[in-house]
Amino acid sequence: MVAEKTVPQYGADEEVRKEETRSQEKYVTPAVDIYETLEGLVVKADLPGVAKDGLDLRVENNLLTIRGRAGHAAPGEPLYREYELAHFFRQFELNDKVDQLNISAELKNGVLTLKLPKAEEAKPRRIDVHVS
Amino acid sequence: MAHWNPFIEMENLRREVDRAFEEHGVAQGPLNRVAFLPARGPRRYPLINLLEDEEHLYIEALTPGVDPDSLDVSVLRNRLTLSGEKTRIPADVQPEAFHRSERSAGKFVRTFDLPVEVAEERIQAEYKNGLLIITLPKAEKAKPRQVDVKVS
Repeated sequence: MVAEKTVPQYGADEEVRKEETRSQEKYVTPAVDIYETLEGLVVKADLPGVAKDGLDLRVENNLLTIRGRAGHAAPGEPLYREYELAHFFRQFELNDKVDQLNISAELKNGVLTLKLPKAEEAKPRRIDVHVS
Repeated sequence: MAHWNPFIEMENLRREVDRAFEEHGVAQGPLNRVAFLPARGPRRYPLINLLEDEEHLYIEALTPGVDPDSLDVSVLRNRLTLSGEKTRIPADVQPEAFHRSERSAGKFVRTFDLPVEVAEERIQAEYKNGLLIITLPKAEKAKPRQVDVKVS
């Protein structure tokens, strides 16, 4: 129901150029978990350093785009660094089985949780058999 | 006054070499290390940045999705220990329900030495947007001091 669409696609934590643009900003693909429940799909993405207003989520042309602008939070002059925060960018292609109008999102503790409900026709159905 | 001790120098060199191999070579710049590493593994978790101003040291640790209640910070002299647990998904999700599984989870502990002594009783920690920020006031004796030279 969701296919990776970020172009070009490398490993989960490699640096990705967001497509060929002239933008100099660096992007990385966030690590995600996607699992299925009875109601639909749940997408969880690690987005450390992204505040609520730095997050841009879009669904257009069956394409789900997650874009996050990450910023450091600690003041002071750096003494020793082990990581750099880059912006996050990842896309997934959705198909008709996802109810695209009712996607909900929650950002908590640096983790984005997206709930993609299944469209009615894709839900498991129980068929009652009448014995006459 | 510290004396030059070749054995300490050798020990430092050994640590540097270990550290280089820990990161799988020197080619990895900081940008390539945004990954979220397994808790139980040869690599360090969480990754930290250390910053300072005149009065404080600041530690920023990359800990997305860690339950703030499980985070524990303790300092003994200038040695800081960080521990906690990252929970990934509700326990009732079956393995076969996964379409994609990239995020790591588990318990972690990391200890490191701070460059100066800190005032242990005034340490503050804040968890914000998946980053842990620890503010450590420097101990009085670690602050730079101006010494007046008297001319007689």
